[in-house]
Amino acid sequence: MVVKIVISVIAYLVLAPLVGGLLAGLDRKLSAKMQRRVGPPVLQPFYDVFKLFQKEKMTPTRFQDFYVMIFLIFIIVSGAIFFAGGDLLLVIFTLTLATAFLIIAAYSSNSPYAQAGAQRELLAMMAYEPMVLITIIGFYMFHGSFCVKDILAGGEMAILPMIGIFVGWMFILTLKFRKSPFDLSMSHHAHQELVRGMTTEFVGSTMGLIEVAHWYENIYLLGFVFLFFANGSASGWIVGIVVAVAAYFFEVLIDNCFARMKWQFAFKASWIVGIVVGMINIFVLYLCF
Amino acid sequence: MSAYVTKSPWVVHYDGSSCNGCDIEVLACLTPMYDVERFGIINCGNPKHADVFLVTGSVNEQNKDVIKQIYEQMPEPKVVVAVGICACSGGVFKDCYNVLGGVDQVIPVDAYVPGCAARPEAIIDAVVKGLDVLQAKRDAMVEGGSAAPAVEAPAADVKYPPIFTMSEVKTNYKVSK
Amino acid sequence: MGTILFLILFPMVIAFILLVAKSDKARDVIVIGSAAIIAAMSIVVAILFGAGGMESFSFNGEVVSYIMMIIEIGLCVYIIITGIKHKKWLAVIFAAVQTPLMVVFELREGHHIAIESNMYIDKLSVIMILIIGIIGSLITVYALGYMKDYQHHAEGKDRRPWFFFVMFLFLGAMVGLVTSNNMIWMYFFWEITSLSSFWLIGFTKTKEATNNAFRALIMNLLGGLGFAIGIIILGKVFQTVEMSTMLTIGTVYGDLVAIPAAFFAFAGITKAAQMPFNSWLLGAMVAPTPTSALLHSSTMVKAGVFMIIKLAPVLGMTNFAGIMVMMVGGITFLFASCAAISQNNAKRVLAYSTIANLGLIVACGGVGTAEAVWAGIMLIIFHAITKSLLFLCVGTAEHHIGSRMIEDMDGLFCRMPRLAMCMIIGIAGMFLAPFGMLISKWACMVSFVDSGNVLLVGFICFGSAVTAFYWLKWMGKLSAVVAGEESIETGVHKTETFVHITLVVLVILVCLLFPVLSNFMLVPYLEMAFGGISGAIMSQSNMIIMVIMVAFLVLMAVLFFGRSKKNIVPIYLSGVNAGDNRLYHGSMQKDVEFTLRNWHMEKYFGEHKMNLIGGVLCTAMLVMGIGFMVATLVSLLGGVA
Repeated sequence: MVVKIVISVIAYLVLAPLVGGLLAGLDRKLSAKMQRRVGPPVLQPFYDVFKLFQKEKMTPTRFQDFYVMIFLIFIIVSGAIFFAGGDLLLVIFTLTLATAFLIIAAYSSNSPYAQAGAQRELLAMMAYEPMVLITIIGFYMFHGSFCVKDILAGGEMAILPMIGIFVGWMFILTLKFRKSPFDLSMSHHAHQELVRGMTTEFVGSTMGLIEVAHWYENIYLLGFVFLFFANGSASGWIVGIVVAVAAYFFEVLIDNCFARMKWQFAFKASWIVGIVVGMINIFVLYLCF
Repeated sequence: MSAYVTKSPWVVHYDGSSCNGCDIEVLACLTPMYDVERFGIINCGNPKHADVFLVTGSVNEQNKDVIKQIYEQMPEPKVVVAVGICACSGGVFKDCYNVLGGVDQVIPVDAYVPGCAARPEAIIDAVVKGLDVLQAKRDAMVEGGSAAPAVEAPAADVKYPPIFTMSEVKTNYKVSK
Repeated sequence: MGTILFLILFPMVIAFILLVAKSDKARDVIVIGSAAIIAAMSIVVAILFGAGGMESFSFNGEVVSYIMMIIEIGLCVYIIITGIKHKKWLAVIFAAVQTPLMVVFELREGHHIAIESNMYIDKLSVIMILIIGIIGSLITVYALGYMKDYQHHAEGKDRRPWFFFVMFLFLGAMVGLVTSNNMIWMYFFWEITSLSSFWLIGFTKTKEATNNAFRALIMNLLGGLGFAIGIIILGKVFQTVEMSTMLTIGTVYGDLVAIPAAFFAFAGITKAAQMPFNSWLLGAMVAPTPTSALLHSSTMVKAGVFMIIKLAPVLGMTNFAGIMVMMVGGITFLFASCAAISQNNAKRVLAYSTIANLGLIVACGGVGTAEAVWAGIMLIIFHAITKSLLFLCVGTAEHHIGSRMIEDMDGLFCRMPRLAMCMIIGIAGMFLAPFGMLISKWACMVSFVDSGNVLLVGFICFGSAVTAFYWLKWMGKLSAVVAGEESIETGVHKTETFVHITLVVLVILVCLLFPVLSNFMLVPYLEMAFGGISGAIMSQSNMIIMVIMVAFLVLMAVLFFGRSKKNIVPIYLSGVNAGDNRLYHGSMQKDVEFTLRNWHMEKYFGEHKMNLIGGVLCTAMLVMGIGFMVATLVSLLGGVA
């Protein structure tokens, strides 16, 4: 049992950045194809990160690096808890802690662009947090446990009874991946009004850490998608992984189909989605289970 | 291992006092037609993330501090590409009372792209050639010496020769009439 | 027994001594000395009674009851006179109704009711005594320095003896409140705390302060009226005035006991400043900061939630009293958190956050399961420490930067580094993961889901998201490194710094030791009150992970915080940064200074809108809950007749 946990955590620590980076590369390649471009090599995200680590070391304040380091560490920790089969609430609270440090890092430079980005990230956080919690509570109501390992061992797929929550989760995934139309705080694309938003003041290796953290984060956010399909058997694993990958490319498609929306829309839409599909689904789960 | 600087040159683009002709051509490089992302090039719009500094338009009293500061804010290794004849030498505005001349009057330039407007192929060519300079600067950094030339240094003192010297400009490229 | 009596009477004696001690030096010595004694004694109490279960003391009460009654009548007359003087008729009416009601009840019925024990102490009381004794006395120490500065700025005669008199009186009354088993005694202490807060809020004697003080008084008297009615119902119907007996009856006749419980809970709700009664706590912000800290962390509002937590075994999803309480708490949590977003005044943000957290505690009490109560008590502990820390930090900041606005705390990180760090730790303690409040919020969430109240689940999901927003934007503001700021921290009083550091240490200690606290204090209490706990409250492994995370964060901060060896470069300002990170070259060749402001989202989370919606919803719940209880009572009495 312990061995299994250790193996999966180590696998996560090693594989997540590889898979995450690869997915990011595929994202860029696919986006390019959608725009009839050739696009960068699939390994481009890795080149970017390696390059960032080769750049000159600069920072606007002595404190920023500490916050960014803690951000990365806690992103990894929350993912490790997830893959160790731990408590979903603990995973999310740790993720919130990590995000808080990212926001504080952006604030600490006192740069107008970084701070404006940080505040938008805060808004995004406020927008997606209810739906994230609702998702976890949904799993709890369906499987009777917050623990990933119990959910994995559960006999039934949660997808049908939790279809509303699944839709809601897909919706906020756009916010969490910071994809268009909700790439408010830091866009992947060129030319945005906030320079580079939150990451404006992160130079070289600091920026590299941020990128790596996002790879880690993306992997276990997709892990949540997988959980909807887990039923303790091989079919659940296959369906789950296929849908998780499909979900990622669905987000890429959304990213390429929309222009950025205003924050007002992002906020209202995610809360409405949370209340409508999330809470109603919770209510249904309450009646049925 | 140290080749990565050339594999993901991120670009920051500054419009000094250009007529927008060259700017449009810079942006044209990003379109599906030219697709510079093939080379990992991203227009990141932030000097702190950038490796390559594209300047269009001539330098004047108003923008020289801006150009200097953007250059200073880019972490080493970094390359400067002057895009368009105005950025190379001041172009037709060279003798204006408020124009100082080309970008090399304030910061060291590594590559010149002449033309009015500079053609996307030429811009891409210059950036890709600039990558060698980037690599050389990175190597110098690893060796320990600071590769950063003093900001005030005139173009002549730059350690690495420009890709296109002004004499080459005349022979290699036809300046638009 | 003796130690508890000492803890009640000693602060009161000190209070009177302070009333006559006019010199600064004497006051310093007396306050610091007696604060140390109170803190030490409360720890002694914890050691003496912390190990055992509940201990009751019969304590011959006849004479004491009469003394209390006489004091109560005196206070009533005082309220009526001041009420008439300030033309606050509501206060007059409430006072004139409830005290005679109580006196008549006591004289006519009270004698027939046998009282087994007037006082008791159990683990919950011990926890409350520790909070009152340690946090409360720390606040009095802090007040020494603060009030010196305050007196320095204020004109008029030195009224500090009065201020310290009321503070110590308050502490004594609180200890009495949490150890009274006889509801009439509890009511007596309850009224004293109401009146003490009235004096503290009205301390400055400005028109605004007087008005707000009266608002607080009126609302608390209304709660007191509810309390009195509860006692009368309890006495008439159940022939008892003891809390313990009431709870014992409640295990069998839950629905019946819910009737007086609803009235007591109503009193608790007013005291805990739940919507629609939240305005008194916000109004209390006019008072000097130690008052706010005292009211918010260790006294007053904690009396309200203590009451509800105490009542929790007879509340729950099965009766309307429980549903009323949990809904009022839940609604208050959500809307008070929302309202905090729109606030710029740091003290008001803190006030709304207090109201919201109390809402959560009240909701936990309303849910009434062992797990929920565990979460509620944890919230009380963590909230007391972190909130007092934050208030005291804001108070110090206010005296040194001349503003209590969050937007003016720009660059506090450079101007007052130590204070800013204390504040950041306090804020982290209020909502961030491995720190205190979040642990209890986590437990809250689980118990709410288990309670089956889906609405409550919604409230906590959305409320937590909002909470993170307003805390983080404040934390960001504090952590911003603004160039060119000089440290102005030299003028901070030693007592203030001492209290800040002590509280920070307490925050971290409690975060590290909470599993111990849970195992040795909370779980035994819950086993006693609920007869065993159904499930694990929070798995040990999760607790351990949390503790490791806190330890890790502290370690990392010690090792790496601010130790970057990278080149420090100016920030990017899209154009020319003039070099000092605060100015940029604007057009027209002029340097322009930029300032950064946080989002307040007035349009979505405007204070008035939130208060209105929350107030209306809570009022509806209260009217329904109390109405249903009255109807049950009437039908019951009708049936008997």
